Amino acid sequence: MTWVNAIVQGMLLGGIFAMAAAGLSLIFGVMRIANLAHGDLMILGGYVASVAAAHYGVPVPVTVLVSMIAVGALGYLVQRSMLDRAMSLGELTPMLVTFGISLIIPNVLVQMFSNDAQPLSTGSLGTASIDLGGGLAIGWFPLITVVAAVAVLTALHLFLHRTQPGRIVRATADDRTTVRLMGVDNRRIYALTSVIAFATVALAGSLYTMRQGGVTPYEGQLTVLFAFETVIIGGLGSLWGTLAGGMVLGIAQSVGAQISPDLPLLAGHLVFLLILVVRPQGLFGRSVPA
Amino acid sequence: MTVQTAPAAEATALPAVHRGGRATALGLTGTAVVLLAMAVLPYLVATGVTAQLVKLCYLVALASMWNLLTGYAGMMSMGQQAFIGLGAYLLFVVNDHGLNVYTGTFVVSALVALVAWPLSYLAFRLRGGYFAVGTWVIAEVVRLIVVRFDSLGAASGRSLSDVTADPVLRRAYTYWLALAVMAAAVLGTYAVLRSRLGLGLQAIRDDDTAAGSLGVNVTRGKRVIYVAAAGGCAAAGAVICVNSLGVASPTQIFGVQYSALMVFMVVIGGIGTVEGPVVGAVAYFLLDKYFAQSGVWYLVVVGAAAIVVSLYLPRGLWGTLAHRTGFAVFPVRHTVRL
Repeated sequence: MTWVNAIVQGMLLGGIFAMAAAGLSLIFGVMRIANLAHGDLMILGGYVASVAAAHYGVPVPVTVLVSMIAVGALGYLVQRSMLDRAMSLGELTPMLVTFGISLIIPNVLVQMFSNDAQPLSTGSLGTASIDLGGGLAIGWFPLITVVAAVAVLTALHLFLHRTQPGRIVRATADDRTTVRLMGVDNRRIYALTSVIAFATVALAGSLYTMRQGGVTPYEGQLTVLFAFETVIIGGLGSLWGTLAGGMVLGIAQSVGAQISPDLPLLAGHLVFLLILVVRPQGLFGRSVPA
Repeated sequence: MTVQTAPAAEATALPAVHRGGRATALGLTGTAVVLLAMAVLPYLVATGVTAQLVKLCYLVALASMWNLLTGYAGMMSMGQQAFIGLGAYLLFVVNDHGLNVYTGTFVVSALVALVAWPLSYLAFRLRGGYFAVGTWVIAEVVRLIVVRFDSLGAASGRSLSDVTADPVLRRAYTYWLALAVMAAAVLGTYAVLRSRLGLGLQAIRDDDTAAGSLGVNVTRGKRVIYVAAAGGCAAAGAVICVNSLGVASPTQIFGVQYSALMVFMVVIGGIGTVEGPVVGAVAYFLLDKYFAQSGVWYLVVVGAAAIVVSLYLPRGLWGTLAHRTGFAVFPVRHTVRL
């Protein structure tokens, strides 16, 4: 039963990874940018939520929206002021720029809020759980996270496949030159993509912060690895792959922790490397690796 | 097939391919003079000065290795700290087996290169941004495995025991070691780039598909560079270990901040030039020396500088200068004069 529990908890953990990976996958899929600042943006999202709650008295559930709007707006600014230009300078430059951002965010946060954790409590929801009997319990909050992840991924999927702007986004990802010939300003599409990606990562960050009960500045270094591992395990270009990738990583870490308390990270990384060897295009990826 | 002979007037105007020539000789002489001057420093200045220069030396070595990987072979690695850390930790191992730390550094460098070879098969499954993150994960795995060894100090680091007793002599030896590693990194990069392999690499960097179709063995070239850069970073890691007489913690020596440093130095100095990383390392060295006390704001400045330079001065400081003046200390380009 402990193993069943480990797997269930792992799947619940996977929800947060899947959500973190959604924005990363979107930006990479559309703009071919490996956003190295993704983890730090997630932490920034968490900070916006906790600061809004602690200093401005915003009700905790609403902080999620505040964070999504703030970080989404930042996404617009970053895209317009830096990434558009970076993308015209070759493949490496956007990565360097996001890398620069990843150096700025945590250090500004340390300077403003010190290295101490910024608490964000969800009250009784944080500890409440559904008892399934036999030592099996599902926490309400982790369950909400998984539901939110599925909702976000579904919404993204519907947006990309059922709406006109979504179709243009996909077309731009496939061939930006042709799309431009059709009279679409691809920079507007990129700005839209960035806003969506940044907003989803803010959502992920807020939920992550609520789940942990708080957040510290340098956690982005860890979460960016999880997000990338999730995307690579799931395979690029597949939103359901992202969900599966999150679950696989969550289960690997949770089962690893069951074997020994100091193993979860190593177990997660090893499963990632194993999948890399066996199936480099990811579980649900297209046959050509990105 | 008949060979068409060109008219005499045109024959004199045939394009000639130049590759430095006198500039090469000058550059190498200049470098030799600088290295010699640096080598006699321990006899001339206080040990404090050489202790500082040790840092500059390993920074130059690290930047050169990252430039070799990214600037010439197109592989943006965020995981070179795997080899820096392994270099430092393997130095404990060879030292425990009775090898002194100075020769040990070179043994360790070779050993880590040997470790990097199978790892390259794993890392090369990924490309571009995924390669960057994949190498980072590999570095994390190496760190998590190293901390499982109690004999290596587990999570709390370890100090180096068997180093020359006389502190002045130790400082001088450490400095010469660092100097040798730096010289090997810079001149090694230069030698590689002037070789046939280097020509292939520059083709790979510009367009690996086209290079492949012209008969350049892309994967082999990249692998050689990956392995060599791992050896170089390991040597730098060993120098760091000798310099601080041990490792404060695995988290520090395997820290991603080393990758951050390498990116910064190479971008600021000029990616894809032999001199750029040296210039970038000097720039960072000065920044660090004078502004490190001002808290983490200086890291914010480092990040912002990396963004601004990569957007508005993509060739970096040295690259821009070289591009405008055609000047090079280490010319690797083939120039056609018409």
